[in-house]
Amino acid sequence: MPEGFSAGDTAFVLVCAMLVMLMTPGLAFFYGGMVRAKSTLNMLMMSFISLGVVSVLWILFGYSLAFGPDVSGVIGNLDFVGMRNIEMDGLLDGYTIPVFAFVAFQLMFAILTPALISGAVADRFKFSAWVVFIALWVTIVYFPVAHWVWGGGWIFDIPVIDFAGGTAVHINAGVAALALVLVVGKRIGFKREAMRPHSLPLVMLGAGLLWFGWFGFNAGSGLAANGLSSVVLLNTNVAAAAAVLGWLVLERIRDGHFTSLGAASGAVAGLVAITPACSVVSPLGAIAIGLIAGVACAWAVGLKYRLGYDDSLDVVGVHLVGGIIGSLLIGLFATGTYGTEDQGLFYGGGLELLGRQAIGVAAVAVYSFVVTYVIALVLRSTIGIRASEDDERTGLDQVAHAETAYDFTGGAGVLSRSASPAATATGKPGRTDDADGGRSGHTAEAKVEA
Amino acid sequence: MKLITAVIKPHRLDDVKTALQAFGVHGLTVTEASGYGRQRGHTEVYRGAEYTVDLVPKVRIEILADDADAEDLLDVLVKAARTGKIGDGKVWSSPVDTVIRVRTGERDAEAL
Repeated sequence: MPEGFSAGDTAFVLVCAMLVMLMTPGLAFFYGGMVRAKSTLNMLMMSFISLGVVSVLWILFGYSLAFGPDVSGVIGNLDFVGMRNIEMDGLLDGYTIPVFAFVAFQLMFAILTPALISGAVADRFKFSAWVVFIALWVTIVYFPVAHWVWGGGWIFDIPVIDFAGGTAVHINAGVAALALVLVVGKRIGFKREAMRPHSLPLVMLGAGLLWFGWFGFNAGSGLAANGLSSVVLLNTNVAAAAAVLGWLVLERIRDGHFTSLGAASGAVAGLVAITPACSVVSPLGAIAIGLIAGVACAWAVGLKYRLGYDDSLDVVGVHLVGGIIGSLLIGLFATGTYGTEDQGLFYGGGLELLGRQAIGVAAVAVYSFVVTYVIALVLRSTIGIRASEDDERTGLDQVAHAETAYDFTGGAGVLSRSASPAATATGKPGRTDDADGGRSGHTAEAKVEA
Repeated sequence: MKLITAVIKPHRLDDVKTALQAFGVHGLTVTEASGYGRQRGHTEVYRGAEYTVDLVPKVRIEILADDADAEDLLDVLVKAARTGKIGDGKVWSSPVDTVIRVRTGERDAEAL
């Protein structure tokens, strides 16, 4: 390996990449538990398909657009298309890890970000349109924004502090969610019918996986195993913890109960808010950011009922609001002694840092909103983005995936078409033959064993 | 002949069954049910949005009894099902014309 290579840093970043990967299925369960039983699988699939689509696009051109050599501060060039011009042992400029470790780590961010959006359009977005949407959205919105913020683009140059993705990931996804919701419209029965989460244990499981994976998301973003990543990990944990408390206290006062959905949501809100700030604030600052985010996001999720937009699972209330809080609070809580020398208002730094952060927030929000809105309009007028009324009432699991998450009847159904080659070859429907054949086969084996 | 029907809280079922067995009841039918009484179920809160869940889970117990036993049986059942809290349910008895044991064709008292 070339000089400067660190096996420790590389191992750490590779493990962090794996942790971040786990966030996408974690998110799938977090969202999957919050929808009604009839759309659970669809919700899981909307996240899972991002693993499929974005992984491929990232290798083809995504990494190059986001992190290729800068073109006018706006986008990366095509030097790294198809992973060409990247040597196996080549080190990332200025770091001690191979470029490929960075490619893998950043890929997981690109996968997670569009998956975050899916919660806003739960229960009603056509799955085929969702696949096309993800491909277009990461290409036109995420890759350029990632370049602006991290890849040497114009926001990077200001500079705006976004350690692990407050603007590039959470504000970006949160605003896109809002734009998409405005185009796709409300679920049938919004504000009239009960749309209770169908499985809070799934929500808690998902939130737990997200929390765990978030250590990779944030601590890995320094691309080194050192003191800074240690502080970042600690800040990440304590902000999530404080946000759980903040959310629950608000709920106890407002609604009279400490809910599990509130605890899970609070954790995610705190994690979102600390994401941009985790490298520049002290653990005490992280507690403050977490508490503020927990309370503010708990309050913000009610906005959809007052303003009348149907963000099904509160992507706006949690990710957009949380992301803005974290990004702006850097301007108040940055100590100047951790990952940056910039100081926030509370540490004698004046308003300059806050102003820079606000520019980053506003630029990403405006760009993401406008472009997402246009993508959604184009898709709506071409392939259509909304499931039919019948399909929405039936539930998207059956309609889009020919599956259901749960068997409530206890009846396994009747085998109506077998996948066995014999049935296909003879052209027989294979209905009773195969079903019976399968059963008698099992019975015969069981007898032999007995 | 009487048909005694009880709609009670599911978690009282075991106690009720035990009490009925001790009383000498030979058979009963239990069905899962849901419904509401005066209390109209309960409310649940998800991210601040309040949902009224008015159909709460219940079990429905049906017992065929001799006229002579019916009154005592009602007492036993009510005592075993009672928690004293709202939503304990209802018990009622209604007259039955004919009872036949399917296996033997015995009727009425012999069929119990």
